[in-house]
Amino acid sequence: MQQLLNTALGGLTLGAVYAAFALALVLIWRSTRVVNFAQAPMAMVTTFIALVVIDAGYSYWLGFAAALVSGLLLGALLERLVVRHVDGKAEINAVILTLGLFIVLHSLAAVVFGNEYRSFPAPFGIRGFEVGDRTIALTGFGVFTLVAVLVVMGLLVLLFRFTDLGLKMRASAFNAEVARLLGVQVGRMKTLGWALASLVGSLAGLLIAGGSLVHPGYMDSIVVYGFVAAVLGGLDSPAGAVVGGLVLGLSLSFVSGYVGSQLVALAALLILMLVLMLKPGGLFSSTTARRV
Amino acid sequence: MAAAAARTARLRTALSEVTLLRHLVGAALGLLLVVLVLSAVDDFRRVQLAEMAYLGIAAGGLTVLTGLNGQLSLGHGALMAFGAYTTALLLPDRDGVPLVVVLLAAVAVTVVVGALVGVAAARLHGPYLAGATLALAVAVPGIALYFKETLGGEQGLRIIVPEAPTWADDATFFVTGQDLTPRGWIAFVAWLTLVVTYFLLANLSRSRVGRRWRAVRDDEVAAQLAGIDLARSRVSAFMVSAAAAGAAGAVLAIAVRLAAPSSFTLNLSLTLLAAVVLGGLGSLTGALTGAALLTFLPQVVTDLGREAGLDDIAAAELAPLVYGVVMVLVILLAPAGLFGTAHRAVVTRRTRRALAARAADGRASTGAPTDGSAGPTDSDPATRDSTTTTREGAQP
Repeated sequence: MQQLLNTALGGLTLGAVYAAFALALVLIWRSTRVVNFAQAPMAMVTTFIALVVIDAGYSYWLGFAAALVSGLLLGALLERLVVRHVDGKAEINAVILTLGLFIVLHSLAAVVFGNEYRSFPAPFGIRGFEVGDRTIALTGFGVFTLVAVLVVMGLLVLLFRFTDLGLKMRASAFNAEVARLLGVQVGRMKTLGWALASLVGSLAGLLIAGGSLVHPGYMDSIVVYGFVAAVLGGLDSPAGAVVGGLVLGLSLSFVSGYVGSQLVALAALLILMLVLMLKPGGLFSSTTARRV
Repeated sequence: MAAAAARTARLRTALSEVTLLRHLVGAALGLLLVVLVLSAVDDFRRVQLAEMAYLGIAAGGLTVLTGLNGQLSLGHGALMAFGAYTTALLLPDRDGVPLVVVLLAAVAVTVVVGALVGVAAARLHGPYLAGATLALAVAVPGIALYFKETLGGEQGLRIIVPEAPTWADDATFFVTGQDLTPRGWIAFVAWLTLVVTYFLLANLSRSRVGRRWRAVRDDEVAAQLAGIDLARSRVSAFMVSAAAAGAAGAVLAIAVRLAAPSSFTLNLSLTLLAAVVLGGLGSLTGALTGAALLTFLPQVVTDLGREAGLDDIAAAELAPLVYGVVMVLVILLAPAGLFGTAHRAVVTRRTRRALAARAADGRASTGAPTDGSAGPTDSDPATRDSTTTTREGAQP
């Protein structure tokens, strides 16, 4: 019973991180129709920036803010300088481009920050809460993770639903030509979409790093889990991404707890294939046909 | 004199028109070159050349899949793992199975896996396919870790390569006057596999099957209207590509004498993709060029980095940085790849010159400007050659 509860709680925390990462992928997909495989190393780079700030003696929260701001800038820069130029080309070009960025950021980080494991601090306790005389697998940092992801999702929903800016972003993603005719600066909206996504990705990176080790490759598998979570939710809806992330986190946690942690990635692959075969539009899709 | 000229002309037409003959001659020349090079270099270079061979074999398979059929796979590193582990299971001790059988078995196992993946992949497009194969690349090493008893876990399985047969020993001594070293033998096996694989891939991509793959890549609806079964064409491309990956995995296992999960990381898959993108999607020569770059560039770049004052670990990371940057630049500026762009420039110039010459001829013989009518026609070998190559080079 206790193992069941702990597996579930651990899965929920992990799922929140996958959800944050899936949110980042969904944001970019919505604004530019690109799946950004470079999201993982982008988040890794910003996490290293936070680590540099923290190691220099400043507070955790200053590092946190530095990572988020640098994420915002990095996303905007990459969109403006690189990704913009494959707009309108074959979709395979964009995919290869983000994979190229993946390699570049990865090795750049290894050159600049060193190719070794470094520990990353956490602002809250990383020991489980004690309920009665038992320790459960919910930590202070875990609660913070859950809250942070839910807050970000809430803010994104507010942005897209209730502000002019969100409306413009949705319009330029939905139909760039018409949006442009109506006076929306589509290019700027795309840059903003990438910047926001990169910010959310940075948050995911910080949440995974908290209280554990970082390394230029520590986010690599997360890009797979984030992608699976995003596809579970339909790749188009922020709320779907969060639910997909939580579902995936729970399932993978159970696989890890009861089957073997080595097979977690294989389980993610199976879930992905099942979703793509049975419900390619995601768990919440209506019956409209959609090509994947 | 005239008869000799006519004979060479006839030979030249035969070479340019009979694909099989051209490829056979190419393969024979390639093999000769391999023997010459391998006997001229030392053991260290032979190890590097064996590495280039397995990268080249896998990249050749990937370029056929991505360049000719339009399916992007990030899972080829994982497919190589199947080939490598099959090899390792068949070669546990010295009197194991003959190498040919081992290679064929590795190919067979990987083709079966490739068929399974291909059936799933045939329904996916662009980013979805990339994501699914990415998941494959990340998931497969876990299998080896989970089945620790049979697959050796983190340490992997050691491989004992059978010694070179006596005929190979004798032949080497007869041709080059040197003894055949074990590394030389492995490098030879690797390159022989590469030549055979490329010969088969080149023939296949020129055949009806290859034309179908291209048709599916260029326009699904038109291909379907022409009676092509999309799913079957996609799955067959994936299986052929997986076969090459399986052979590459077997060669890798023989070359490094080990099949371990750490050889088949996501990095390997990305490296293969970099090789085909750098060389130019869809071109086997491009894939080989890419493999050569990825094998020999790291050493040069690492040395440069060390001279610039970086420590060893940082300098070792410079090579991926360089090829990552080049990969991004290639996609942005020259989507036909380095080799493809150079090739196209040559062909364009040759065509332009041929057209100019023809226009001049036309003026001389008819005395009237024929520029308007001297456009490319199907019967002109130069222009026909150029259009087919551009069509292939212009991929993705």
